Amino acid sequence: MEALKPDRGLGKEEKVTEVKDEILYQPIMKTGRGFYIVFALLSLVVLFAVFAYFRQIKYGLGVTGLNSPIFWGVYITNFVFFIGVSHAGTLISAILRISKAEWRRSITRSAEVITVLVLFFGLGNILIDLGRIDRVMVVLAHGRFQSPLLWDVVSITTYLTASAIYLYLPLIPDIALLRNRIKGGFRGPLYQVLALGWAGTEKQIHYLEKGIAIMAVTVLPIAVSVHTVVSYVFSMTIQPMWHSAIFGPYFVAGAIFSGIAAIIVAMAVLRRVYHLEGYFREVHFNNLGILLLVMTCLWLYFTFSEYITVFYGAEPDEIKVFMEKFTGKYAPHFWIMVVTCFIIPFTILANSKTRTITGTVIASISVNIGMWLERYTIVVPTLMHPRLPYETGMYSPTWVEWSILAGCFALFAMIYMVFTKLFPIVSIWEVQEGREKAHDEVAERLRTYLPS
Amino acid sequence: MSRWGMVIDLDKCTACQACVIACQIENNVPPPNPEEAALSRSISWIRMVERIEGEYPHIKSNLMPVPCMQCEHPPCIKVCPVGATNKTKEGIVDQIYGRCIGCRYCANACPYTVKSMNWYKPAWPKEMMNSLNPDVTVRPKGVVEKCVFCAHRIQRAKDRAKAEKREMTPDEYMPACAETCPSKAIYFGDLDDKDSIVSKFARSPRAFRLLEELGTEPNVYYLREGA
Repeated sequence: MEALKPDRGLGKEEKVTEVKDEILYQPIMKTGRGFYIVFALLSLVVLFAVFAYFRQIKYGLGVTGLNSPIFWGVYITNFVFFIGVSHAGTLISAILRISKAEWRRSITRSAEVITVLVLFFGLGNILIDLGRIDRVMVVLAHGRFQSPLLWDVVSITTYLTASAIYLYLPLIPDIALLRNRIKGGFRGPLYQVLALGWAGTEKQIHYLEKGIAIMAVTVLPIAVSVHTVVSYVFSMTIQPMWHSAIFGPYFVAGAIFSGIAAIIVAMAVLRRVYHLEGYFREVHFNNLGILLLVMTCLWLYFTFSEYITVFYGAEPDEIKVFMEKFTGKYAPHFWIMVVTCFIIPFTILANSKTRTITGTVIASISVNIGMWLERYTIVVPTLMHPRLPYETGMYSPTWVEWSILAGCFALFAMIYMVFTKLFPIVSIWEVQEGREKAHDEVAERLRTYLPS
Repeated sequence: MSRWGMVIDLDKCTACQACVIACQIENNVPPPNPEEAALSRSISWIRMVERIEGEYPHIKSNLMPVPCMQCEHPPCIKVCPVGATNKTKEGIVDQIYGRCIGCRYCANACPYTVKSMNWYKPAWPKEMMNSLNPDVTVRPKGVVEKCVFCAHRIQRAKDRAKAEKREMTPDEYMPACAETCPSKAIYFGDLDDKDSIVSKFARSPRAFRLLEELGTEPNVYYLREGA
């Protein structure tokens, strides 16, 4: 209990540390020209995607490359991919918080924001994929729980709510710090409201820490359930190479994999743009790189298990899909996936000499490309080969689908940028807490590990 | 209650595709346009499936008409998030076009790939617009559709029987494909009536169903060729 004693409120000590962490306020206080230029360029991409989407609404899904029997394509791939990336933040941050990993302090915020934002794009792509977006409310009136798609809706909305709360709770003390600095404009009142009267009293800190701990534990099973039911959309059907019991854990592992990769890329960009070298250090990239390395191996293990089962069983309908991926039209996609998901990241990350910031970023970009392709090669080749003979249409996505994909990435970046302008992207109070208290806490903890 | 079923005799079928055309006219299925057909997007509620048997030079091509199988345990119904595809009491797998949100999950879940998507607003040549069947909904763009055994014809037969104050008899109802088939290869009737022609054929040693191993229990039977 002694550890809780020193007041983390607005004491004298804080004055000193605030000067230390001044750079974390910089993005909020000042906005350079670069920001506006990037923002304008990204909004052009988004506008083009909006234009593409309006064409789709006007003329129908015919403007995409979809056909019979390839009824699903890029949009569903995006859906699975974005939901996967969303596992970045909340899951990683919750695991690190629960396991009391001290190096988490400066990186959790930037990761949690990815989760909340990217979930909207996951849900959004499902909506874009609908033939009748105007009837989406029918799901409320006639929703049937028999359908795995409805499991998704429930699970994702729960996850969105939980991870939004989980993002917001640790944000409160930081908002209070901003409230004390910024008075006027539209932001003053905004911080005033969002700070919820935070004054940093013992009681408030106690409840906040309790709240964060509860949410960290709550979010874990929800996160696992989300990607499991996403995989159920495929595995609950009886289509060849979709109907697989391994899909739940395979998708969850893949999600964490692409999620970590997304965090690393985001951190590298933030570090460069906002000069946060002091907060996102070599060690963070190194540690996340090791996590990514573990997931790379896990990915290979799952992929190997999945494909060897199909190959050895050699069920005719399944083997058709299998050969399409191995040597057929989807062989380029499949083998690029193997290279980008395993060979490149493993080679870079397994060697401590190349596990540098640049190294982990290259590995991460490669992993994200590979994981998008993984989802693509799960969705499309199966649909190419229905069980009954059918004229197998080749699916090539049109400009509409590609521009909507680009638009999703651009809009994500834009909202992320706006977030960094409104809230500190590194948790200021947690960093301060780490500096002031963690040392004693860790020493205390260490004493309990060893015989005295 | 009847359980409607169909038996297609592959010995009699000449693959003339009259059933395909009759179905299109009866059910307001838009005629395919060449560009969309090249992308394999044309809608067809009953289609000819080609099965190649053997290898060159001992090769044989079999053509068989495939409508919706009206499964006893339809995989499509299970996955629909809004209940836009349902099973009627008489065993027909029905589509509610006004409720479908166009997610195409049912189309992916169907192992027979008999469902079609309206990628665009359906269009007919101007001359044909006046000859659309008033008993069948014209589907809007963005919904999934499929063969429903010409369910509107049951309704018509029931209404007629009601007006004449009597029970409807099974022979009053027949889908357009069965009615049209020039070689009378398509039989239609009540599978629960053990004396009906379809239930007799369904019990014949020549009878088989598509992908029986999946346990979907189709109500469409085929009679094996050359047996």
